[in-house]
Amino acid sequence: MIHEAKLMADLSADVATATPEAPSAIANVSRRAMLGGMGALVLALSWRDSARAEDKKDEPKKFGADAMPHGWQDDPKVFVAIAPDGTVTITCHRSEMGQGVRTSVALVVADELEADWAKVKVAQAWGDEARFGNQDTDGSRSLRHFFPHLRHAGAAARAMLVQAAAKQWGVPASEVKAENSVLTHAKSKRTLGYGDVAAAAAELAVPARESVTLKDPKAFRYIGKGKIGLIDNRDITTGKAIYGLDIRLDGMLYALVARPPVFGGKVASYDDAETMKVPGVVKVFKIDAPEIPSEFQPIGGVAVIAKNTWAAMKGREALKITWDDGPNAHYDSVAFRGELEKAARAPGKVVRNQGDVDGAMAKAKQRIEAEYFVPHLVQAPMEPPAATVRIKDGFCEAWACTQAPQATHDRLAKKLNLPADKVRVNVTLLGGGFGRKSKPDYVVEAALCSQAVDGAPVKLTWTREDDLHHGYYHTISVERLEAGLDAKGMPVAWLHRSAAPTIGSIFAAGAKNELPFELGMGLTNTPFDVPNIRLENPAADAHVRIGWFRSVSNIPHAFAIQSFVAELAHAAGRDPKEYLLALIGPDRVIDPTSIGDVWNYGEDPARYPIETARLRGVIEAAAKGIGWGRKLPKGRGLGIAGHYSFVTHTAVAAEVEVGAKGEVSVKRIDIAVDCGPHVNPERIRSQMEGAVVMGMGLALSAEITFKDGRAQQNNFDGYEITRLDAAPKELHVHLIQTSDYSRPLGGVGEPGVPPVAPAIANAVFAATGRRIRQLPIRDQLSS
Amino acid sequence: MIKLTVNGAERSFDGDPDMPLLWFLRDEVGLTGTKFGCGQALCGACTIHLGGTAVRGCVTPVSAAEGQEVVTIEGLSPDGNHPVQAAWRDLNVSQCGYCQCGQMMQAASLLKDTPKPNDDQIDEAMSGNLCRCGTYPRIRAAIHQAAGNAPAANKGERL
Repeated sequence: MIHEAKLMADLSADVATATPEAPSAIANVSRRAMLGGMGALVLALSWRDSARAEDKKDEPKKFGADAMPHGWQDDPKVFVAIAPDGTVTITCHRSEMGQGVRTSVALVVADELEADWAKVKVAQAWGDEARFGNQDTDGSRSLRHFFPHLRHAGAAARAMLVQAAAKQWGVPASEVKAENSVLTHAKSKRTLGYGDVAAAAAELAVPARESVTLKDPKAFRYIGKGKIGLIDNRDITTGKAIYGLDIRLDGMLYALVARPPVFGGKVASYDDAETMKVPGVVKVFKIDAPEIPSEFQPIGGVAVIAKNTWAAMKGREALKITWDDGPNAHYDSVAFRGELEKAARAPGKVVRNQGDVDGAMAKAKQRIEAEYFVPHLVQAPMEPPAATVRIKDGFCEAWACTQAPQATHDRLAKKLNLPADKVRVNVTLLGGGFGRKSKPDYVVEAALCSQAVDGAPVKLTWTREDDLHHGYYHTISVERLEAGLDAKGMPVAWLHRSAAPTIGSIFAAGAKNELPFELGMGLTNTPFDVPNIRLENPAADAHVRIGWFRSVSNIPHAFAIQSFVAELAHAAGRDPKEYLLALIGPDRVIDPTSIGDVWNYGEDPARYPIETARLRGVIEAAAKGIGWGRKLPKGRGLGIAGHYSFVTHTAVAAEVEVGAKGEVSVKRIDIAVDCGPHVNPERIRSQMEGAVVMGMGLALSAEITFKDGRAQQNNFDGYEITRLDAAPKELHVHLIQTSDYSRPLGGVGEPGVPPVAPAIANAVFAATGRRIRQLPIRDQLSS
Repeated sequence: MIKLTVNGAERSFDGDPDMPLLWFLRDEVGLTGTKFGCGQALCGACTIHLGGTAVRGCVTPVSAAEGQEVVTIEGLSPDGNHPVQAAWRDLNVSQCGYCQCGQMMQAASLLKDTPKPNDDQIDEAMSGNLCRCGTYPRIRAAIHQAAGNAPAANKGERL
């Protein structure tokens, strides 16, 4: 166990002592003190203050971070610790899964703190929302929700350092300047380092919120600059970065679980005689299947615990299990598509109705209709779900690659019947998440395994097969669109029926309709300038667990709508980009609630209205980038798509080549994004690059199908995600800039994905005249 | 008893000779830089060097390494500054970073055999290594940089 000593030190330490030298510092709240209630008290006060302010306005509806469980925190003592040597440790309460949040959170705090970046370290928060504010790392919300609060925390810490220095020098605080980790009194030419006054600053009261002055954005040192490398770069490139699968504890055992191959199934009987003969296997036990709907619970099965992962694998292979497949034993996703088509061809629940669609449709010069299909997908992060749990002296400690540390904490406490303060969830780096790791099921499985071996530490690993067979899958959908066009070819009537099993089905038995947050992902809130619009949501049953896949329902909605617009443009004999812009219409600001979107990504519609000029802006930027309208050789085509998601506007222009055998090659992508003010433009670029590659995968090759209730893809041979040779040699990201940091931030992690597939499909049409209405494209063009 | 060297240190193992090197390195030696992604040589997250050649640790039994030298990401360079490691940092290639150890081991192997690879050679050598975050454009750029190639037409805007 080569890294044991270092790891144990890193992992068992609380945030304040995670730095090499224990800081005597601004936020050195020890874990013991925290558990004793001090940390919680600080937060409870600040949180109640803000809640009280809200109360005065007759409890108006809350939005953004205010509306999330445990809201936000901006106490500098929670986020900042400074050691005597000047090392600044900034706590990141959001999970790092590749979006760069550990770097971005830290650079916001460090900027307002005026900290020298070379002295900044990042500590990862454990799951404790009462202390840190909401930690669910999903919905493209980290910077969108916490930017102002993180700025405040940094600025308040700076004010405390200034005050401590002023006190030491006996001068007014207004004469002390904090700059790049140095405090200066110009008149007397004295300076102090942050570490010199950290202990004194820690003794001071946190300044009142309204007394803290934020920096003028013109003075930002790091925010919006994109000059900072990833905080974890060296650890990642030397193999030292610790992910969920990398935890090592003394006496640790290793577990795998054989789960019911059909969702809703359970173990009828099992025989572990051969398993127990495998050297290294120490324990086999059954995990009961939950009642359906089973929301975030483990789905049952047979667990094998061994002395190493390989023995657990061999032991699991040797199990003889008879399954009771349950009600989904006959689920066939190919046949199910037919059911969805049938549903989409009949009237469904009306979710938006404007004007008189039937009347206008009857009078239209031309009617166009089309149906679009998107299959199940699975997130398949490169690191499969994994967790390590130890239960010792009535205290459960977990280490997990989780997007939802507090939910995981709560589930562990409930399942183990432990008080909340007897559970701790430590958050490792995540080897990708994409929505899968928001579910605590695998951490609970690890806890059950630990419990089965008297609390010994157990690391639970999901294999890739487990990940593809037992996922929280992206839904399966048929989107049917009909439009009635006028003499100029523009729609006067627009009917869209979206049929797709809902995520709500994992929480409520028999839920058949999309929830407001699903409808609000690019269906109801599509801002087209059409007089008569009716949107319907026919009922659809779920036969597998439906979950959140990066950008969620925006994928099928954007694919259908942006493809259909290009189909209409073709019918009208017009350029697809010009047609799309004409459909968006004149620049206007739309209250999303006025067009049937009551959700608006949880944001205040007044602060986050739909601004069609911004959608137009990204479409024009992507088109300009790719050289829209240029002559192309035979077999090549350009396509474009724009989409609004996670309160951010994104557009993709694609150049594809279709070969003689129908193979699609993406030659160039230009992606433009308007996500409001930028915190870390370098990471915005990387998120857009990654979204393009992921979007290409679902456009060209990736799908999960089910037969007899069983997922038919076992590994990366069957579930084909984008490989390096398919990535475009030309990939250009265009960031719409703004220097106005009073404007609200949009999401970044997810909005890049939705427009990729329709842009590619539209480019295929331009290249071949063949319309793609089903994803993935695979070999559809080979005949 | 199987004897081999790992990053220059002698190791012996008397467990299941069929145990893949991946699990031997991770569970027995404690070197967790070599990652598990598929177990079927389909993703390359477990790429290591065996006798100087890039192999997939998840399908290579520890017995195949008898008497040989295994190098993992932890031993790729004494100071963590192998040209691919430096280029990976300089271009901020990583997103989640999980697959990147395997990517760098594969890239180091490519550069050893082909010091100045072109895009086609990079595509051929690197397409067995999956990245779900989609860092491929930067991986290409970083390999060119590590090779000292002239910047490619599209490296994306530099920091």
